[in-house]
Parts: sequence; C-alpha cells; structure tokens
Amino acid sequence: MPPVQVRGEVFSIKPVGDYFAMTVVASGIAEQTKPGQFVAVAVSGDNGAMLLRRAFSIYQVADRGIYGGTVEFVFAVHGKGTAWLASRRPHDPIDVVGPLGRPFKLPAQPANCVLVGGGYGAAPLFLLADALRKRGCRVDFVLGAANADRLFGALDAKRMAASVAFTTDDGSYGDQGRVSDVLPEVIERTHADVVYACGPMAMLAAVHTVAADAYHGAGIPSQLAVEESMACGVGVCMTCVLPVIGDDGETRMARSCVEGPVFAGDRIRWDALGTVPADALGAAAMMAPTELAEQNT
Amino acid sequence: MNDVTIRTTADATPPADIDMSTALAGLTVSDPVFTASGCAAAGRELSPFNDLRAIGGVVTKSIQLAPRSGRPTPRMAETPSGMLNSIGLQGPGIDSFLDNDLSWLADNGVCAAVSIAGSSVDDYAKLATRLRGQPVGLIEVNISCPNVEDRGQVFACDAGAAAAVVSAVRRAAPNGVPVFAKLSPDVTDIVAIAKSCVDAGADGLSLINTTLGIAVDPTTLRPMLAGVTGGLSGPAIRPLAVRCVWQVHAALPHVPLMGIGGIRTGVDALEFIAAGASAVQVGTVIFNDPSAPSRISRELRAALAERGIDRLRDAIGIAHRPPQIAVPEEPDPPGDEIAEPAFLPRNVQFEEASP
Repeated sequence: MPPVQVRGEVFSIKPVGDYFAMTVVASGIAEQTKPGQFVAVAVSGDNGAMLLRRAFSIYQVADRGIYGGTVEFVFAVHGKGTAWLASRRPHDPIDVVGPLGRPFKLPAQPANCVLVGGGYGAAPLFLLADALRKRGCRVDFVLGAANADRLFGALDAKRMAASVAFTTDDGSYGDQGRVSDVLPEVIERTHADVVYACGPMAMLAAVHTVAADAYHGAGIPSQLAVEESMACGVGVCMTCVLPVIGDDGETRMARSCVEGPVFAGDRIRWDALGTVPADALGAAAMMAPTELAEQNT
Repeated sequence: MNDVTIRTTADATPPADIDMSTALAGLTVSDPVFTASGCAAAGRELSPFNDLRAIGGVVTKSIQLAPRSGRPTPRMAETPSGMLNSIGLQGPGIDSFLDNDLSWLADNGVCAAVSIAGSSVDDYAKLATRLRGQPVGLIEVNISCPNVEDRGQVFACDAGAAAAVVSAVRRAAPNGVPVFAKLSPDVTDIVAIAKSCVDAGADGLSLINTTLGIAVDPTTLRPMLAGVTGGLSGPAIRPLAVRCVWQVHAALPHVPLMGIGGIRTGVDALEFIAAGASAVQVGTVIFNDPSAPSRISRELRAALAERGIDRLRDAIGIAHRPPQIAVPEEPDPPGDEIAEPAFLPRNVQFEEASP
C-alpha cells in the first residue's frame, strides 16, 4: 500500500518526561503501519513560513472506531517547528503523510531479540516488540538516555519484555553509562540472535560494533533505524542521504526516507558518515571542477 | 495577443469548463502545471499523491552523462518561507535514467520534460543526442552548471556560454521536441541572457532557477550546508521570479515561458501566468505538500473561473495589458436626485489653539 496524505486533526497531546506524545486522527495511515515506519508532519500551517516536514517514528497506532484510526508519535522541542507542534491542541488540524519508509525486518522463525532505544528514539520499538512477541520471539530491552527525564517508554518496556536494562549518562536512572556498555552482557545473558535499535547515529554505530563483535566475533545481525535530517520524507528531495552498501557490494548515497530508515547495520558505511566516500557510485564525477557547482536544481 | 472575453462573475462557468491547455512551442499540454526539476525526482515517488497524467508533466531531476553521488550532508537548511539546498545533482546517469525512469513515465502516460545538465558543451550535446527516439515531451537545459572549459564559470551567467549550450542541444535534440533553457536569476541582465538563448535556438525559457544563498548555524557559527552556499527556493523568492518572467515576457512576448519560483497556490500560479508565463512549475512546495501539483492545478482552474476567464491562454501576460478584469460595480451614482436635507448644521468657527 502506498503512503497517504491525511488532513487529520490532533486527538491528544501530552508531555512525557522531556518529550511530547501527539496522537493524530489520520485514517488510512494507522491501518497499514509496520514497525519502524514514520510519519512526515507539516508545521506552521498552510501559509506558514516553515516549509519542511518533520519526520517522526510511529510509536503507536489504534483503531478508534468512529474517530477513524489514530497514529501516535513522540517528539522533543528542538526548534520553532517542534515548538509549533507542541502548541497544538485537540481538534487542531494537522497534515500528516505516512506510513513512510522501510520497516524493521522480522525474523522468519522465533528468535531472541534485543531492542535498544536511545532517548525518544525508542518510540518505534514498542510496535516492533508487539510484532516480535506475536511471532513467538523473546524480547529484551535496553533503554538509554542522557538522564531519567529523557528515558522513553520505560513502563511499556517493563510490560512487554523479558528483561529491561536502563542506562543514563548521569546515572539518574539505571546504570551510569551508555547502552553499548551493557549491551554485550544483555546479548550474552539472553542468547540474543538479533539486535534492533533506534536512536542517534553515534549510538547506532556503537550498537552495530557490539552486535558485530558478539559471540567472540561471530557477530549477530542488527536492524537499525537511522535519524537523518529530512525535508520531504517521500524520496524526492535527496537531502537525507547516507553511504550504504547495496546488494551488489557498491556504496551509494541512499535516501534514508525511502531506502531506510531501517538498514542492516553491516550495510552502513560507518567510516564515512557525513561524507561521500571516494568509492561511492558517482563520487568520481564530483571530483571534477563541477565541485565549483554552487547551485543544484 | 488574443482578445479577452471577460464575463461577470455572475455567469462564470463551473471550473470543469475552463480550457487549461497551453502551448509550449511544439508541445501542447492540457494543463499548465509541471513539477520543477529537482523537486520530484523522476515522478514515481509522487504518484501516490498525484495523478501525474492530469497535470502538464514532470520535469525530471537534471540528468547527466555519468552517475553522480552528490555532495556530503548537510545538504539542506530551512530558511524563512524557503530553503537552501546543496545536493550536487545526485543522479543515476543517463543510461539508468532511460532504462528505469523515462520508461516509467512513458508507461504511465506522464509527459516527460527531461532536464539535462553537463559540465561542457559537449556533455549537453551528447545528452540531447541520447534523447533521440525517446518518449520525451520537452527538453529543459539546466545551464546553472559550471563550465569546466572556462574555469568553472556558470553557463547561465554568460550570454555566450549559454548560447553555445543551447545551440548544441538544439542541433542534437530530436526534431519537434521543444528545447527550453532554464535561466539563473543571478545575473545582471536576465533579458540579455534570454535573448541570447532564443537567438541560439531555444524554443522557450524556464525561469527561474534558485538564487544563491548562505545560512550560518547560530550555535556553531559555521555555514549550515556542507557545500557552504546553496540554492534558495520557496515562496521567499516568488517576487524575484515574477519580476524575471515579467521582464523577459515584455522583451520577448512571443517566446513561451515556464514560470518557476515559490509557487504555493493556484493564485500564485496565476500571478506567473499574468506576468507572461505560458505554464508553471512547482518545486519546493512539494516538500511541504506532496499533493501540491494536483492541488495547484485545481486551484488555478478555480481561480480562472472566479475571475471569469474561460481559457488559461487568455490570461497569459494579462498583467501587461490595460485593466480588463471586471471589478464588482458600485450602484449607479444617484446624480441629481439628492433630496433637500431636512436639517443643516451650523457653520462652526474655531478659536486659535494656544500652544
């Protein structure tokens, strides 16, 4: 099913720690959402000065009967766009496109799964945990954040998982440290077969390294949802790219909105994030004086 | 120009009866709204949100001979009513484009306006040659690229270089397919560049491309884009674009123009038509509203109907002509029929006001 654009309305907005959780009546999106997909939300109104959509992982979906389906997403106020979003009230109109992006791949057979979330990056992991449990998978969580107020989904995780490990940078909740500090122990203890994660790029890089080194270097696969800055969310603007290795072994600047946001950890060129590696497809064409090109179309 | 039939709004026909067709040199389309290059990829990603057969067509992201990776990130910065981008023309190259993208547009009945870009005159000529025998409705030449044979001087900023590219493309391009040159606003005299392109064989002109800008990150106090400079687009540049269309239409009234720059609504599109554009392209608004091409087409039709204009073609350049739009009339002045007032006020005298 292709994504849809819905002129929905705000059903509810509530503060959750340092974040906001917004539920939007947007029928057509909820019904087809898969774990790891996201919505792109227009901010500042039809005549507003902020043109770029804000992308958020889908946290929960529900069928609300007469209201139509709802989708819930979590955001932090980072700038004017998210501040505008935080000032919405129930029944305010809101324009949402979704579900977008490639979801997490699920194991074909029951497997032991560790789900790692950083801050509100944990949001898409709960739909994922549901889907995994329905397939008979074991689910364990590792949730980390800068401090206790920025941990997201602790109660959800405790309710759904066989075990939950918490880390905070300041030690205000759980172990002091990073998720990647406790992840090796969790993998070993739970006999994990696969790691899923969503959060900041630096965290994903660390999670990938732990997963790749697990079981004395035998390694286990990781499915990682990246957070790249996006403008359109639908694959036309080419801003959310990162270097990714394709099935043919070639590195391409892949759009995280349509080719991601979920990538296998071993496909991301961690060494070259934020750059165009010299061996990427088409990088040679950039070496010419076309580097002087100041203008794109 | 055609005589315009202006009807009063009272007998305005329903929007369905508006003739939206327009002529772009050899190409006649049933709708004047196109997607702008670089804002729609090659169309496919927008098909869930638009009936692309019902709009004028898709101007593809500029295609080059070889695949290009584009520039490092960050590639985009939001600015007031606009954005800066520095993508670096990421694209698959002409071979993949013909096999995967152009064929998709043709199979789905979408009019393909193919944008081509190169770093030498020869690149452009080769690309135009590759389009022979292909299902192409129009060729748009993106000349806002640096010329490797002239120290990186941008073709669009030099009348001679722009003409050399246009002339080479016109000679190499398939017969009967109109060639439009897309002009940069970052020039001293856009009319001079426009004339030079037309003299070199351009069948029409697309105006405008983005204008250069820089944004500095307030936290790091460094440029926000990895490429430092970026192209500014969006409603912020609309008056600049309308001015360019106005000037070029005034100088070259018989050359069809595609108006581009910050169009967000059907009324915005009508502004370009009135300034002299035969068609419009919508770009940055697509990032805000992926269904914008269809919406703007609908709104433009309604905007024409509301103004009692039956045919889009009648509105082209209308802003250059004496007022013709019927303004709702006041009742006839009552003239001499004023009755004697029953009461007249006294004539008040004022004292000098002391400071």
